[in-house]
Amino acid sequence: MSDVVLATLGLSRRFGGLMAVSGVAIELHRGRLHAVLGPNGAGKTTLINLLSGDLAATAGNIRYRGEDITRCSADRRSRIGIGRSYQKTNIFPAFTAFENCRLAAQSRAPRPFAVFTDAARHRPVREAAERALDAAGLAARGGSVASALSHGEQRQLEIAMVLATAPEVLLLDEPLAGMGAEEAQRMVGLLRTLAPKHAILLVEHDMDAVFAVADVITVMVNGQVLESGAPAQIRASPAVRRAYLGEADE
Amino acid sequence: MIHAPERQDRRKAIALAAALLLLALFPFAGAAFYTELVTKVMILAIFALSLDVLVGYTGLVSFGHAAYYGVGAYALGLLAPPYEAANLWLTLPVAVGAAALAALFVGAFVVRVKGIYFIMVTLAFAQMFYFVFHDTRFGRGSDGISMNFKPVAAIGGFTPFDLANAVHVYYFVFAALVLVFVFLRVLLRSPFGRALQGIRSNEHRMRSLGYPVYWYKLASFTVAGALAGLAGYLSALQFGFVNPELLSWHQSGNVLLMLILGGVGSLYGAVAGAFAFVALQELFSSLTTHWQLLLGGTIILLVIFLPGGLASIAGRFKRTLVGEPDDE
Repeated sequence: MSDVVLATLGLSRRFGGLMAVSGVAIELHRGRLHAVLGPNGAGKTTLINLLSGDLAATAGNIRYRGEDITRCSADRRSRIGIGRSYQKTNIFPAFTAFENCRLAAQSRAPRPFAVFTDAARHRPVREAAERALDAAGLAARGGSVASALSHGEQRQLEIAMVLATAPEVLLLDEPLAGMGAEEAQRMVGLLRTLAPKHAILLVEHDMDAVFAVADVITVMVNGQVLESGAPAQIRASPAVRRAYLGEADE
Repeated sequence: MIHAPERQDRRKAIALAAALLLLALFPFAGAAFYTELVTKVMILAIFALSLDVLVGYTGLVSFGHAAYYGVGAYALGLLAPPYEAANLWLTLPVAVGAAALAALFVGAFVVRVKGIYFIMVTLAFAQMFYFVFHDTRFGRGSDGISMNFKPVAAIGGFTPFDLANAVHVYYFVFAALVLVFVFLRVLLRSPFGRALQGIRSNEHRMRSLGYPVYWYKLASFTVAGALAGLAGYLSALQFGFVNPELLSWHQSGNVLLMLILGGVGSLYGAVAGAFAFVALQELFSSLTTHWQLLLGGTIILLVIFLPGGLASIAGRFKRTLVGEPDDE
């Protein structure tokens, strides 16, 4: 299909004797939300780290809009449009929430040689930061120092920072973890509005949320893809039930 | 609540204006000895400011910053002709450029490593520079170079000030300090400066936001080296000689101590640290020949009881007297 944005083939990562990710082939399409499910240790976060460039692949390749980016650095991948959020909040704790987003937005207009201008006054970057805060539901908290935000708000900030970089691909590692019910609801709404114009890979433990928003679901076990398909297909799959969903039923 | 930061800014501005006025009038009040001492301190303040760019704003703890100070100083020593005076306007840019080049070269290797390794490799490179000047004919060995003439500030036939006059040197250094301070103030507010502070706070996230962190760190290392070179040049200009001790690890350590005394990550702190360091040095060496013991002890106590350095004193007093500040 022509709208494949990010695709992997045989993607693998070995840690010593452990194959954390093994021979994964996955395709992200623009306009589709692709969820990855799997028990702890299935390799979901490693997969995101491989796609974002935080980790180098041991084998296999990653193509972004037809270009092989397997060997590209993390910062280059971000610049060409692959944005990610972290499972463990990864922000600038001493800066205000606004400055966190402003710095994220500034990466799209870095102007490193404009040494005689005040970064905080640059309109386009300011506005991008404000839009991102607003989208993540933090418009009122921009002036607060990030470390003083509640855990849930820091999770929202985590998302706002990715949005501020205006990515085409969103790799979201458990964005709902640690959020209150209301914020989680809001985030699911946000994911819905983002889906049509982005290619989204969502790793999430909240089953209800995943089945509510996903267009495609891939289930991973022990670093490998167990099954991939539409939510209905995954829900009906006996293999998935045995390996994963069964555990959740207790 | 909106006015609180403004009032604070105004207080800061008043304190700054008072300090500037004091420095501007100082040569009229003090004896020649003190004029020269304060000149030396202001040079060290520029040196400390340059290191603060790395330590306080980029998160790179360099233990070899004296190398660039020394390169700047030696540039003047080596460029000064034996039978006539060197020209300030030619040698100064060359000295700053040489220090910047040296920092660019070293930085290309060292900014790849982190933490304790960064400290060690910056030290190792500084020791290499030290021995280049100490052990080669090019550097004229351990005695260094004595300059027979002070540089002149002639532009064509016009000489705006006389660098053989200690008071003129004082004002020249004062102007350099103010310029460096203002330059860093502006630089650290620019997109580049904000990115450096982001790197200091969370390098990993900066990378995943798309910043080519290596180049930012290298630029920071180079700017810091260039400014250290300026300080070194001014030191050579003031004293008329250079020797390898300018590049020694003691010197790198001293400037780090100035930052720790004054407060890492504050431009005011860097300047205050240089003044405090020399004041303590003078005070203790007038009391005893074992003054280094006293200085060391004082610094340890300061680190324990005032971890934010001198720059944090005002805030601490306020917290003690007025209570915690309101949510900003």
